[in-house]
Amino acid sequence: MLLECSDYRDLIVVHVRDTRIDAAGAIDFKDQMRALTQADNRRVILDLSGVGFIDSSGLGAVVAVRKALGPDRPLELAALTPAVEKVFRLTRMESVFPIHASLPLPATHAAHHGA
Amino acid sequence: MPAFPFLPHMPPTMAHDGPVDSTRLVIPSTPLAVRQALRALFDGLMTGAITQTARDAAQIVLAEALNNVVEHAYAQSPGEIEVTVTFSATGLVCSITDAGLPMPGACLPPGDLAPLPKTGDLPEGGFGWHLIRALSQDLHYRREEGRNLLSFRIDAKQFMQ
Repeated sequence: MLLECSDYRDLIVVHVRDTRIDAAGAIDFKDQMRALTQADNRRVILDLSGVGFIDSSGLGAVVAVRKALGPDRPLELAALTPAVEKVFRLTRMESVFPIHASLPLPATHAAHHGA
Repeated sequence: MPAFPFLPHMPPTMAHDGPVDSTRLVIPSTPLAVRQALRALFDGLMTGAITQTARDAAQIVLAEALNNVVEHAYAQSPGEIEVTVTFSATGLVCSITDAGLPMPGACLPPGDLAPLPKTGDLPEGGFGWHLIRALSQDLHYRREEGRNLLSFRIDAKQFMQ
């Protein structure tokens, strides 16, 4: 699974460059997210605009990432597509995550890194 | 992940038979084969009259049902899963059979969501049957001659905007 990271001074935006977060990719997703976010304590926004499908294993992986970040660093989600929004809503997980309708774009201090 | 020897280069077996809009797939019990089957069904073949919303629902239900077979019915040894999807203007009917372990108690799990804790550990699983029950109709399971048979319907009408 390809995850791309946009680094800002106080924020990391992780863009999922894959159309699915599913049972076949859940562990890889979790491992990569851990590697991308463990270096410091910046806010983390997960850009899901390119993800057209998530299953319960993928959802479990997103929850696991949130838990790994700790209680003071909530994982924020952005730009959920209808199928992904449906899964979060039906499992009531939409109430657990701060959700942005679209991706906020911090104006300055951007430096991009591939992951 | 346990490798299935012939998986990497083997697309799902696919046949169009019976009614024009019926598709049958036979896949090995791996997460990757489930992904390939769902892509084959939902990225290309299903170009019928139902809405994108109903297609999303169908893909979620089918994914959860197939993942369940991979993770539980074939937990001890791998095997084949047969999926038949019949597609019409009113929605789609899906049946899944496998030769793995039976459902515990020979019946479907209730699929109740655990209450969300105010603090502490969030659940990372236990969503699958809830999603299946929330999005499907006429959900049936039976065990017959050493095989699991699961069927359900996705009603296109309920998803009309």
